Amino acid sequence: MIRTALEMLLGDRARYFGLVVGLAFATLLITQQASIFTGFTERTASWIRDTGQADLWIMDTQTEFTEDRKPIQSNALQRVRGVAGIEWAVPMYKAYIQVRLADGTRRNVRLVGIDDATLAGAPPVMLEGRIEDLRQDRAVIVDARDVNDALRLTRGLNGAGPRPLGVGDRIDINDHDAVVVGVAQRSVEFFWDAVIYTTYSRAVRMAPRERKLMTFVLAKVSPGADPGEVAQRVAAATGLAAFTSQGFEDLSKGFILRKTGILENFGVTIMLGFVIGVLVAAQMLHNFVVENQKSFAAMKAMGAGNGYLLRLVSVQVGFAAVMGLGIGLGIAAVSGHFLEQSGLAFRMTWDVVVLGAAGILVCCLLAAAFSLRRVLKLDPAVVFKG
Amino acid sequence: MSAAVAIECRGLTRSFGSGETIVQALRGVDLQIHAGQVTLLVGPSGCGKTTLISILSGILRKDGGELRVFGENPENYTERQRTAWRAHNVGFVFQTLNLVPTLSVEHNVALPLILQGMATREAFARARAVLAALELADRAGIKPGKLSGGQQQRVAIARALVHEPRLLVCDEPTSALDAENGHRVMELLVSVGRRSNRALVVVTHDARIYSFADRILRMEDGRIVEDSSLVHQP
Repeated sequence: MIRTALEMLLGDRARYFGLVVGLAFATLLITQQASIFTGFTERTASWIRDTGQADLWIMDTQTEFTEDRKPIQSNALQRVRGVAGIEWAVPMYKAYIQVRLADGTRRNVRLVGIDDATLAGAPPVMLEGRIEDLRQDRAVIVDARDVNDALRLTRGLNGAGPRPLGVGDRIDINDHDAVVVGVAQRSVEFFWDAVIYTTYSRAVRMAPRERKLMTFVLAKVSPGADPGEVAQRVAAATGLAAFTSQGFEDLSKGFILRKTGILENFGVTIMLGFVIGVLVAAQMLHNFVVENQKSFAAMKAMGAGNGYLLRLVSVQVGFAAVMGLGIGLGIAAVSGHFLEQSGLAFRMTWDVVVLGAAGILVCCLLAAAFSLRRVLKLDPAVVFKG
Repeated sequence: MSAAVAIECRGLTRSFGSGETIVQALRGVDLQIHAGQVTLLVGPSGCGKTTLISILSGILRKDGGELRVFGENPENYTERQRTAWRAHNVGFVFQTLNLVPTLSVEHNVALPLILQGMATREAFARARAVLAALELADRAGIKPGKLSGGQQQRVAIARALVHEPRLLVCDEPTSALDAENGHRVMELLVSVGRRSNRALVVVTHDARIYSFADRILRMEDGRIVEDSSLVHQP
């Protein structure tokens, strides 16, 4: 039966290719858009993953995402350290602040202050300088992408042309003099403002005066302790919000999805791909069935039951679906590789592949159901009609 | 008449549609067809020939009357049982042949065996044997569209015979062929149809093939109006 089904399908080359191309196109639309969506949402939490030393993030209960600054009292740090299961806890400052580069260019940046003693919360990779250089007087570390973008010296210094900000350059941060001592490499983020790292004590000195200045407490749980349980204890003991890294990631992703509408936008495109897939597959399958109507009727007359024809068409649809899915995923993966090189968010996870496969499966089931009705209702007596 | 009765029907009726548009296709057909005979069913278009062979072959259900085919009454079977019964007992040669254009010749011929559940390899071997007997062995691997009309007709006959059916039903088997090819096809059908365990029923408008018949039944307005004497004894 499988051989008969495939020979019938492959024998009609034009329709077979049409069906496979349609399904491949639908797969491409579904998986590529889903991969870009996944890439964007993952970028919303890049900063959390880059700060991999911490197990727990403690913050104000009204904080909604990574860039949402609702400072907490500095004594929160001691209270967190007093909770059972906490191995260490350090403060972190994070806030938008205005800087002026040496050539007079003014920018809004995100100033991140990390623990002076441990430097926990530092960027993951240093391209120039060392993270310990932050302990030098007035030291700051900038991001490699920012030095050629938001922190580029666009006006130039001393008559020279524009150039990237580099080690040794000075920056005015809220009227505080700072010197670049290193260039770090961080993961690409959903947010685009430049990031400048310094020590916590220096960051709060540079920041505008406020009663509360600490943005987060980063904590490590004791070996063997369950981060989720410790987070609950911290929340209960301090009255603050405490999340595991994954929990904070989910909170941030959820907020971005709710507020930006990217879920709806990508959802529409993914749905469009699905609809195109259903329409193309249904049209092609329907044409295939109509074209082979006499053959199916003859087979019915010769003793093919509806179950046999159901399996026959299912094999044909399944084969076309696998081919279309494979080609579509292949094109999506290759195009995604190049899109990623150009800086576009693209992340094809197993979830995306499963979504694409499920989408195409449903496409084909709907298309097959539409076409099979015709086959199942076919009167074998039509074979005697010239 | 010494040959066994293959098909027997009495008062067979069948209508299509309802109300004012009802069409009475069969108006009480009484008939006995003997095994080993070549029976031609002739008559003008719309006289009920196709309806009659559709009922005899278990494709259509009758409205009334009695029917027995090789001692069985397919009307008593469920749809699934009738389908299986057709697969094992009936061979068809359709007017438009209905060869599957995307399947090879041998695959077309093997179809009735595959539908019976035979393993593909064995079905293909038997199909090739039948094709060889019909001098089509060298055409086994190609698509039907590349064959001449006469060759396609022989492939259709091979497909109808491959599973050794007891009832062979042919609908206008020579209508698309010239005299020479039509003659050869009928010779072939007669040679396989005149077997003691098989009945051959041929629906035709083609007067050129009347000489091959053992018996000619003429239909008009849903009834058999003439039952000619036997031309040949089986």
